[in-house]
Amino acid sequence: MSSIEFRKDLFADERDDNLKEIGKPTIRQDILGHVTGRTPYYDDHLFDGLLHMRAVRSPHHHAQIRSIDTSVAEQMPGVRRVATAKDVPHNLNTLLSLINFGRDDEPLCAHDKVRYMGETVAWVIADTERQARDACAKVRVDYNVLPHVLDVEEALTPNAPVVNEIYPNNTFDYHEKYDHQKLRFGDVNAAFARADHVIEAEYQMSPIEQAPIETCGAIAAPEINDRFVCYTNTQALFFSLGTTAKLLNVASSRLHFIGGTAGGGFGGKVDSIVEPTAVLGAMLTGRPVKFAWDRYEEMQVGAPRGGERWRLKDGVMSDGTVIAREFTGFFDSGAYMRLSPYAIIKGTGHLPGPYSIPNVASNVYCCITNRTPATAMRGFGITAVDFAIECQMDKVAEAVGMNPVELRILNAYRDGDMKAHRRKAKNTALIECCQVAAAKADWAISRQAAQQSSLTPMPERQNIPETVTDTEGLIGERRQGRVASTSPSTQSNGRVPAGTHREAIGGAPVQNPDMQIDADRIGHKMGSSPTQIPAAATKAAAPTAPPAAPSVPAAAPPVAPVAPPPAATVPTPPQPAAPYSPSAPFSRGTKRPGSSPFTSGFRRR
Amino acid sequence: MTIHKGRGFACINYPIGMNLGGDPSQALVHSTPDGKFMVALSSIDLGQGMKSVTRQIASETLGVPVEDVYVDTADSDTGPHCMGSFASRGTHRVGNAVIRAAAEARKQMMEAAAEELEVNATDLDTDGAGNIHVKGAPSKSITIAETAIAAQFKQGRTLSGRGIFLIPPSEADPETGDMTPVTCFAHAALVVDLEVDDETGEVTVNHINSAYEVGRALNPKLVEQQLIGGAWMGVSHALYETTEPNYPARDHGPEDFNTYLQPGPGQIVPHDIAVLERPAEDAPYGGKGPGEMCANPVLPAVANAIYNAVGVRCDYLPITPEKVLRGIREQGGARPQAVRA
Repeated sequence: MSSIEFRKDLFADERDDNLKEIGKPTIRQDILGHVTGRTPYYDDHLFDGLLHMRAVRSPHHHAQIRSIDTSVAEQMPGVRRVATAKDVPHNLNTLLSLINFGRDDEPLCAHDKVRYMGETVAWVIADTERQARDACAKVRVDYNVLPHVLDVEEALTPNAPVVNEIYPNNTFDYHEKYDHQKLRFGDVNAAFARADHVIEAEYQMSPIEQAPIETCGAIAAPEINDRFVCYTNTQALFFSLGTTAKLLNVASSRLHFIGGTAGGGFGGKVDSIVEPTAVLGAMLTGRPVKFAWDRYEEMQVGAPRGGERWRLKDGVMSDGTVIAREFTGFFDSGAYMRLSPYAIIKGTGHLPGPYSIPNVASNVYCCITNRTPATAMRGFGITAVDFAIECQMDKVAEAVGMNPVELRILNAYRDGDMKAHRRKAKNTALIECCQVAAAKADWAISRQAAQQSSLTPMPERQNIPETVTDTEGLIGERRQGRVASTSPSTQSNGRVPAGTHREAIGGAPVQNPDMQIDADRIGHKMGSSPTQIPAAATKAAAPTAPPAAPSVPAAAPPVAPVAPPPAATVPTPPQPAAPYSPSAPFSRGTKRPGSSPFTSGFRRR
Repeated sequence: MTIHKGRGFACINYPIGMNLGGDPSQALVHSTPDGKFMVALSSIDLGQGMKSVTRQIASETLGVPVEDVYVDTADSDTGPHCMGSFASRGTHRVGNAVIRAAAEARKQMMEAAAEELEVNATDLDTDGAGNIHVKGAPSKSITIAETAIAAQFKQGRTLSGRGIFLIPPSEADPETGDMTPVTCFAHAALVVDLEVDDETGEVTVNHINSAYEVGRALNPKLVEQQLIGGAWMGVSHALYETTEPNYPARDHGPEDFNTYLQPGPGQIVPHDIAVLERPAEDAPYGGKGPGEMCANPVLPAVANAIYNAVGVRCDYLPITPEKVLRGIREQGGARPQAVRA
């Protein structure tokens, strides 16, 4: 049996435990619908005359597309339309272009070459799913198979094939400068030289599947007033809407997305592939169209949590103090970037884990391989490196002959400690978690370890050390064979003075004082309201903001496409640029003037 | 054949919200004619309880019973923008936006009530049961329903509020990695007890003891649901799951739940949990969001427990019976390590 207890005795003076609704086990608003099977999911919106769309997929890891012959497929029973890359108005995107991150690198449908097994090369839209599948089998694609690369470190070598010409070095380009993201704090090599023990190991996480019960899917249909409605199980409604608007080159105001309930997500429903595909189908046919992955596609074509390889090197004193930690990390992004390069920055900010280590260095690579693109999953950017760090801590404990729990408490970060990304730790509670978990499991720890507290400051840990830097790994150097090692350089050529840091960034302040919750109602007792401190920090940060930071005009729609059409960033009602003309006029459904046959939602049969 | 018992420990912290900011969420709150409140969002409920947590946050901030609040999400025509439900940002970002929207609506509500009661709005408080009263004089009160009717049909006042929460975007430094990755961290520590069969290499996880620090358990039942489910996912990730069993080769990939291995309902590990609550300054009522982090400590704790049981380090996931058995054979048999107690 399992149990749960709430340790209200800990940090009690930082909380107001007398709130009226917060902290109550209130029954979920939506649970009755879920348990009685009445909650509508996207797939319950079965329109009259619904068509089914299926993708033709690459059987090769890497191949040039010489030609695509759809003539036989078009003659198959029930087939309404066969579509290829040329039917996609703006067939190049990267997910995070919505926040100005990265270059457009991924087509919705491959046209020049395929870069992973399962990549879309064409679609069939037919009256039934069976007919669509049969016709997909009749699409003939002439491929010229190319050499492929599947291993992250092999992809970095000079002789590896170029997977995606947008990133010709098989890595994401960080800051238009390096082929990896660096973290430098102190001087790891000097610390390794004086450490009593140096412990090195390599860790590998396999790709895994998010495995939601409900696979990714969407149903799109023409709506009144020249709009399209899309029922979707996306995890990010406006992400999917903005991506669809960009790929299909329509004003976002012509799209009406409805979702909110998903049969599991775990990160796998952020990629926004099924939505633009279904809306494209509705545009091309003028009919409601469903596009959904089957279980095979969900497992082998839909993006998994990517594989990651991490090498750790620790310098440890015989009393168990970790004085240096070095990371070399490789994210297997697959053929396209999606969210992986962003997760690497998240992972870098997380290093060296929840410990205060005075010397930290890390190089992390976003590697492009001929594999299904990776994407988010619960713990994205953190899970694999946490596995590596905590296995490594066990090895450190063994090397110095310490109780593993006491070793963690000895090195655990505390309030006020300086972290390797140059911000002070606050609101920490690692030590208390270690103490409580050990006590629950009857895992004995020393009296000294049991007396430690996250609240007790450690003044010697609160400063930013002088830091050695290097310029190894400039974009392109590695593939030219001019960089021998992927690990952080042992040859420094620069120094950043002690104490150097940027300003912390906090939440934007309320725009109107009425939106500020009263200080006596915020529920915690730290003296300051949540928005006052960040407001001051934001002001301080403004002058030092890096010039390359994406400047988002306050009035611009947050999902405005970054690339074409440029007119869409104007905060006036967007004009439908290049209206899309369906191949066949919209003719089915009820004929009553002024009514749309497709807007009512639920089953009409 | 021998069954070896092993025990492993791991602890972690977890960054809450989208890294480096730039991920706004918005909320709109308005009163119906009779003083019920609608919260309009575009956020997604993945089963984690998004709708319920935002409903509780709205009712707490408004000072009205939770039954009188309904959350409507996600229709892009009526719900304001939200970046999405990922990166542990739902509770933190959306929750803060809801607080701001509900705070503004509460302000209008209190002013409308003040006009009806002919007192100063700052002298009024809500009782959380549907009434607004003069502080220290509970008998001088008005119901929220009466307030809403008076506001909308007599005073010409709307009881509504707008909220947005944004951490402005920032960048990481290319040379040092200097950055403001997130604004708060959740924490966890966990002990795994398991058994390893040295003939088959099979691992059976028997028990988990854990401590999770979540800022504030906004809804303790939803927290429990996340932690139990997350631990299951952690065990599954550590011991079973892979889409590419021969990674980096792509052959023999599983295609359905018959070949993609996960523990069944009967293998849910008994799990004794302690929840710690240290509110984060900038989080809604201090709550950090336990969803993403709760699987993470399980993976290394399982690996460390296997080492403790048989002396084999399994640094490559998933830790299949084959890997354990090969490790045992390479070292000439199981080598149990120190008993942890």
